[in-house]
Amino acid sequence: MADTSREFVLDGDARAGSDVLLAIAGGASLAGGLSWVNGGPARASRRSWLDTFDWRLYRAGLTLEQVSGRHGTELVLTGRDGGVLATQRVAAGPAWPSLAGALPAGPLRELIEPVAGIRALCPVARATSKVSELRALNDDAKTVARLAVDRMSVTFPARRPAPPRLTLTPVRGYSGFADRVSRAIAGVPGISAGRGSALDTALALAGQHAGDRPGKAAAVQLSPSMPAAAGMAAILTALLDSLEANVPGTIRDIDTEFLHDLRIAVRWTRSALKLCGRALPGGLAREFRPEFRWLGDLTTPSRDLDVYLLDFDGMAAGLVAATESELGPFREHLDRTRAAEHRTLVRGLRSARFARLAASWRAALDSVRPARKRPTVTQLAGTRISAAQGLALQAGLLITPHSPAQSLHDLRKRCKELRYLVEMFGSLHEPAQRWEAVRELKALQDCLGAFQDAEVQRAEIRAFAEQMLAARSAPAATLLAMGEIAAGLARRQAAARSEFDGRFAAFASPASQSRLSALAEPGAA
Amino acid sequence: MKIFATYNIKGGVGKTATAVNLGYLAARDGYRVLLWDLDPQGAASFLFRIKPRVKGGGKALIRGTKALDAAIKGTDYDGLDLLPADFTYRNLDLLLDAAKRPERRLASLLAPLKSEYDAVFLDCPPSISLLSESVLHAADLLLVPLIPTTLSVRTLDQLTEFLSGFNGHRPDVLPFFSMIDRRKRLHLQIAADLPAERSGFAEAGIGALSVIEQMSVHRAPVTAFAPRSVAAQQYAALWAEARQRAGLTG
Repeated sequence: MADTSREFVLDGDARAGSDVLLAIAGGASLAGGLSWVNGGPARASRRSWLDTFDWRLYRAGLTLEQVSGRHGTELVLTGRDGGVLATQRVAAGPAWPSLAGALPAGPLRELIEPVAGIRALCPVARATSKVSELRALNDDAKTVARLAVDRMSVTFPARRPAPPRLTLTPVRGYSGFADRVSRAIAGVPGISAGRGSALDTALALAGQHAGDRPGKAAAVQLSPSMPAAAGMAAILTALLDSLEANVPGTIRDIDTEFLHDLRIAVRWTRSALKLCGRALPGGLAREFRPEFRWLGDLTTPSRDLDVYLLDFDGMAAGLVAATESELGPFREHLDRTRAAEHRTLVRGLRSARFARLAASWRAALDSVRPARKRPTVTQLAGTRISAAQGLALQAGLLITPHSPAQSLHDLRKRCKELRYLVEMFGSLHEPAQRWEAVRELKALQDCLGAFQDAEVQRAEIRAFAEQMLAARSAPAATLLAMGEIAAGLARRQAAARSEFDGRFAAFASPASQSRLSALAEPGAA
Repeated sequence: MKIFATYNIKGGVGKTATAVNLGYLAARDGYRVLLWDLDPQGAASFLFRIKPRVKGGGKALIRGTKALDAAIKGTDYDGLDLLPADFTYRNLDLLLDAAKRPERRLASLLAPLKSEYDAVFLDCPPSISLLSESVLHAADLLLVPLIPTTLSVRTLDQLTEFLSGFNGHRPDVLPFFSMIDRRKRLHLQIAADLPAERSGFAEAGIGALSVIEQMSVHRAPVTAFAPRSVAAQQYAALWAEARQRAGLTG
C-alpha cells in the first residue's frame, strides 16, 4: 500500500459515532503484536471551505479550507488526491468573501491567485469538527498508523450532523502494517469505505454538489425534435436561473463578475426575445421586452465603471509623460461615481418592479404549453442562425474606410446576436463543429469589441473630466494624465480599426461562411 | 534546506540527545525535519523506537538516493522523519572510500531531499574519519557539544584546525557546553571563561540532568515527554540560537 490515507465512514446515525473509538478498539483486533492506544484529547475546530461562485478552485482540482482551532487559524490547500499543497497561518480569520490577492503573500496565495483571478473566495460550506485519534502501535510501542475519527457537524449550507469519518494515515515506512490495520477496520461492523472529501459530504447533506453552477443557456440540453416554444422556454428559464443566482452577489458587491454574469443573462434574454420571441405563445415576448430593456439599462452604468476600474492599473501603467500618482483624483472620482451607481443598481434590484418582473417571467415560462409540434427547435435554430448570419454579413460588407464608428457598433451587435444564437442552440450541434464555425466570428468580435470599448471609454473620460472640473476636484496634472489616457485609447481604437478589414475578410470568406451555414442546416443536429 | 550536524571527536558528550531534541523542536516549529542516525550504535533510532535496520545497509545508501528515500521512517511526531542506523554503518568509511569524491558524497545524497525537508540533522559517530569529513562538507551548521573540561577544549581546537584545512564550503561552528555539572567548580569555571576567550560559543548550555538520561526509559525526546523541565528549556534555548545562526526562516 502506498503511504496515502484511507477513508472510512461509520454507517447510520452520526450519534452512534460517540462510541466509535471503543467500537474500533474493541472490534478491530490487530494480529501480530499490533495494538491500539488513545492518541490524546479530542481537538475541536471550525472549518470553512472556500471557492469562487463559479467553482474555479474545484474545477482546477483544488480545495481550500480554513481551519480554526485552539492553536489559531490556518488555510489549507489540497490537491485532487487530498495531498496538502500549501498551508498559510492567518492571524485572524479573514473576512470572507475576499479576493485571493488579499491573502498574505506566500506559496498558498501564489497557487490560488492565478486560478481565482478576479473572482472573490466565498464560503461554500461550513462545519464544526471534533477529531479524536487512535494510534496503532507495533511491538516496540512505535506508532505505525494513525486513525483520526472526525465527528463533523455541518452548519452551512444546511445544519446536519455528518456520519463520522475515519481517516487512517500510515506512518512513512510502515505501509505494510497500515495495510493490516486497514483490513481490520474494514472488518468492524457498521464501517464502510468512505467516498468523497469532507467538502463533498458537507454539500451532499444539503443536496448540493461541488461544481454546481447556476443555469447557463449554453448548457441547456435541447432535444432536436422538441417544439420551438418548449425549447425557448427551457433556454429562457436557464437564463432566468442564472440572472437570479447572480442578484445577491451583485447587491453585496462581492466581485465584479456577479454583475457581469447577470448582464450576460439579461442580454441573452433580450436577444432571444428579439430574435426568437415569435416562437413563444401569446405575445409573451412583446410584453416582457421593455422590462428586460429597463433591467439592462439599470445595470449599464455600474458595469461600464467596473470595466474602467478593472482596466485602470493597465492604463495607468502605460503613462509616459504623466505619473500614476497624478491619476489619484481620477481614481477617487471613479470610485465615488461607482459607489453612487451601485447604490442606484441595488435600489433597482431590490425594487418591486424587479421582483414583479422575475416572478411574472418565471410564471409565464412555466405556463408555456406548445400548441403545435412545429416548428421544432432545430427548425427555429436553423432559420434564426441563417438570418442572423446574413444580417451580419450584409452589415459588414457595407463598411468602408469612411464609415462612422456607429456602423462598426451596429455590426458588432449583429455579430453578438449571431453568436448568442449559436451558443443558445449549442446542444443541437457537436461542440467541435460549433467551435470551428465561430472561430472567425470570435476573432471579428474581439476586434469590434476593442474598437467599441475604446470609443466608449474615450467619450466617458471626457465626461469624467467635465464632471471633475465642475466639482473642482480636477488638478491640472490629473487632467493632463487623463488626456494621455485618452490618447492611448485613441491609439488602441485606431489599431483595432486597422485590424478590422482582415478580420472581416476572414469571417466573410466562403470557408467560414459555409461552416456557419452548416449549423443552420436541418441535418446539423 | 539547512543541514545541522551534531559532531564531536569525543564520544558520550550528548550528540545524540542534542540531535533528537533539536530535531523534535524544529518539527514542533512546523519545519519538515529528517534526522539521519549515522552512528552504528543506533541510539537515536532506539529513542524513536525505530529498528536500526536499512534494506541493503550502508552500501545501498551510499550508492544512491532511491535506497535512502525508501529507508526513511516516520517517527511518532508530526513532521519528523528518521533515517535509521544500520550496523553496516561501521563500514561507511570503506564504502565512502570506494565512492567518487567521497567527501562530497553525503551532500550529494541529501541534495534531492531539498524539496521534501526544511532541516536535516546528522547525528554523527565520534571520530575523525572520511565519514565525518563528508558530514563536515555537507553541514551548514556544526553543533559541537563540549563537556566543560580541559580535554574537551582540546578537541574543539583539533576540530577548528581540521576545518581550517578545508577548501571551499566550510560549515559554521556552534560549540556549546553539554553535561554541565553545577556541583563541579571546574565545569563552572570553564563554562564561564571559555566563551570569553573564543568567539561563536552558544549562550545556551545543557546541564547534566537526570531527566535527559530518562530519555532512554521513555524512548522519547525530553522536550516531548517533559516539555516544562529545565532540560527541555535548555534545549529550546539552544534550538533558538542554532536556528538563528543557520538562518532558518519561516
